[in-house]
Amino acid sequence: MDALFLARLQFALTIGFHFIFPPISIGLAWQLVIMEGIGWKKKDEMYIRMSKFFAKLLALTFALGVATGIVMEFQFGTNWSVYSEFVGDIFGAPLAAEGIFAFFLESGFLGLYLFGRNKVSKAVHWFSILMVAVGATISAFWIIAANSWQQTPAGYIIRNNRAELTSFYDAVINPSTMIRYLHTVDAALITGAFFAAGVSAYLIIKNKEVELAKRSMKIAIIFGLAASLLELVPLGDTHARQVARTQPEKFASIEGIQKTQSNAPLVLFGIPNNKTRELSMRVEIPGLLSWLVHGNADTPVKGFNEFESGNLPPFALTFISFHIMAALGTFFILFMLIALIQLFRNRLWDNKWLLRTMIWSIPLPIAACELGWITAEVGRQPWIVYGLLKTSEAYSTSVTAGEVLFSIIIFSFIYLLLGILYIYILVREVKHGPQSINT
Amino acid sequence: MDLNSIWFWLISALFAGYAILDGFDFGVGILSLFGRSEKERRIHFNAIGPVWDGNEVWLVTGGGALFAAFPKVYATVFSGFYIALMLLLVALIFRAVSFEFRSKVESQIWRRTWDFAFGFGSLLSAFLLGVAFGNILIGVPIDAKGNFIGTFFDLLNPYSICIGLLTVILFVMHGAVYLAGKSEDELRDRCHRWAQNTWIYFTVLYTAMTIWTWLASPFLFERSPGNPFFYVLLSILIGAVIVLPVLFKSDKFNRAFIASSVLVAMMIGHAALSLYPRFVPSSVDLNYSLTIYNASSSDLTLQTMLVIAAIGIPVVITYSFFIQRVFRGKVEITKESY
Repeated sequence: MDALFLARLQFALTIGFHFIFPPISIGLAWQLVIMEGIGWKKKDEMYIRMSKFFAKLLALTFALGVATGIVMEFQFGTNWSVYSEFVGDIFGAPLAAEGIFAFFLESGFLGLYLFGRNKVSKAVHWFSILMVAVGATISAFWIIAANSWQQTPAGYIIRNNRAELTSFYDAVINPSTMIRYLHTVDAALITGAFFAAGVSAYLIIKNKEVELAKRSMKIAIIFGLAASLLELVPLGDTHARQVARTQPEKFASIEGIQKTQSNAPLVLFGIPNNKTRELSMRVEIPGLLSWLVHGNADTPVKGFNEFESGNLPPFALTFISFHIMAALGTFFILFMLIALIQLFRNRLWDNKWLLRTMIWSIPLPIAACELGWITAEVGRQPWIVYGLLKTSEAYSTSVTAGEVLFSIIIFSFIYLLLGILYIYILVREVKHGPQSINT
Repeated sequence: MDLNSIWFWLISALFAGYAILDGFDFGVGILSLFGRSEKERRIHFNAIGPVWDGNEVWLVTGGGALFAAFPKVYATVFSGFYIALMLLLVALIFRAVSFEFRSKVESQIWRRTWDFAFGFGSLLSAFLLGVAFGNILIGVPIDAKGNFIGTFFDLLNPYSICIGLLTVILFVMHGAVYLAGKSEDELRDRCHRWAQNTWIYFTVLYTAMTIWTWLASPFLFERSPGNPFFYVLLSILIGAVIVLPVLFKSDKFNRAFIASSVLVAMMIGHAALSLYPRFVPSSVDLNYSLTIYNASSSDLTLQTMLVIAAIGIPVVITYSFFIQRVFRGKVEITKESY
């Protein structure tokens, strides 16, 4: 195994594990803003107990996010030093801004929120969870802005063998930043909603604090349906059109388009072949892709034949990740819609089957987030910065393959341990339920 | 002062802030290994519980600022110190999760396991940060192209190990002073003794290391004695060292905490002043050193970052100060505590 492969494997491992936690944190934090807000305004003890219960789950998730996130800050330098030197003039600023504008805010106010309930006024306490949610959401902005610059670089000039800044605004608000940001944050909101809904469903099934769980479930379903719908239109749709415009190689891979064609079909299902870049067993809707991208059937959509094969991303992984993500997104809308209908018909609480599915759906939005991230990152290959620097030329040459293998083994063990403990404690806390909390 | 110098000092200030804040966290963590009862250990955890992750953000921000302002330093040092930094990450991860994990299960073995993770995570973090800093002071094997050409074992030289040890002792003293202000009765008395004892070790080792630095890295003393700030920083530093035992004796731990914070800041300031304008001296040839000019970002990036810092840092300091004030005073163990 060569150093490049190992460096990529480690990055995939560490970012993949880290990215389990921030979407839950962001989503749950906003759920808590609502719960705490209702509890404060209505002076309702039940909502306060609900908040305290979910706050414990947030604190645990947040700690895992902090612990695994610090690896990210180091890893560009440790494993991708050539990349770091090439992009430092542009890429470092958003990371520093994330620290100054976001991390301080969320970590500082999370401490105040968790431990300051009886030390500050109710208004300040609500403000503190609001700042946690705002901080987490701002942090997503800066990291997505940095990553978007890798996808669609702008505001730079190549000088002194590196990318140098010419416009900070253009670099940060590059052609893909805003839509990718909204798409990702909305995914986090869906994640938080499914998390809260699943936990509430568990409490209802186990007949624990049913009144409380019904109320948190209502919030989660309304929140979740709204976020899931937004993810389809306008966010998912707009994002796909942006990819078609700015990264046509990636777009051809996610949609499985072999030849440039007008009246291009939308492929719903297909088994991709990495070597031939062809799809077998395809199920498609003729002409729909052209309509979605261009608004008419005549304008052609670019296929693989337009590009050098050395500049195309791995087909199968990009295609499959995207399609499972899209299928999950569709499921989220349908599921939350059914749940809402049953809620209005007052049939939700006895529907054990639906409630059980809700519990087991908790990990699905997280899976969708991961798959979306894989689509974005694998779909950008072979570039680390689209069109400017190849991944194969960007890793740290002063670090040996043995050293990277060593750190991969250590991180694998630690992450496996942390993953198991996270689930173990999460389940334990949920099983204890809100009853154990006194107000 | 040019932009490069401003950023050299701002990054030094970020790392000084980190050393002051996470320094007492590490000290409290190390001291928790000597906690005598469950209640005492919980006081250790809760003394820093609401603030430690805000403190760690200083490292994250410092790292980001280094990446942005001096990408060549970030790339060379972080890849060069690979194994050491991976171990540091492992230590920081275990410390971070120990807070949440520990309190959730009421089993003796479980809790002792996370006590161990917390204590040794803190100890290893403090030591490795010190070793890394020691290597910067003594010079790092960097070739003419500015690339690291050493190995992990080059970093474990006796000088840097001693700087690592000095860092651990400094943070234990700093943490003991902090914890004394946060605890009562027997634990407080023990913190008092810890602070007094570590002050002696610190003073002896610091003096010895200063002489060793002068012998090992004479280039650090080439320019700085001509700079009046050198003497200002040195006077404040020596003043802080002298005033500490006096404050211990009169039981004034809040003031002692200010003094030990000043001490940490002055040590870093003093080292930065001696390094300036080099950032990472090369042990192969001093001319290969990474300096604030050959390793920096473009002027536009440095200017932009300065605007970000000017907007963000005052806001951060304001609310951090407010939050720290909310948690002033002795630790109270309640239902919400760790």
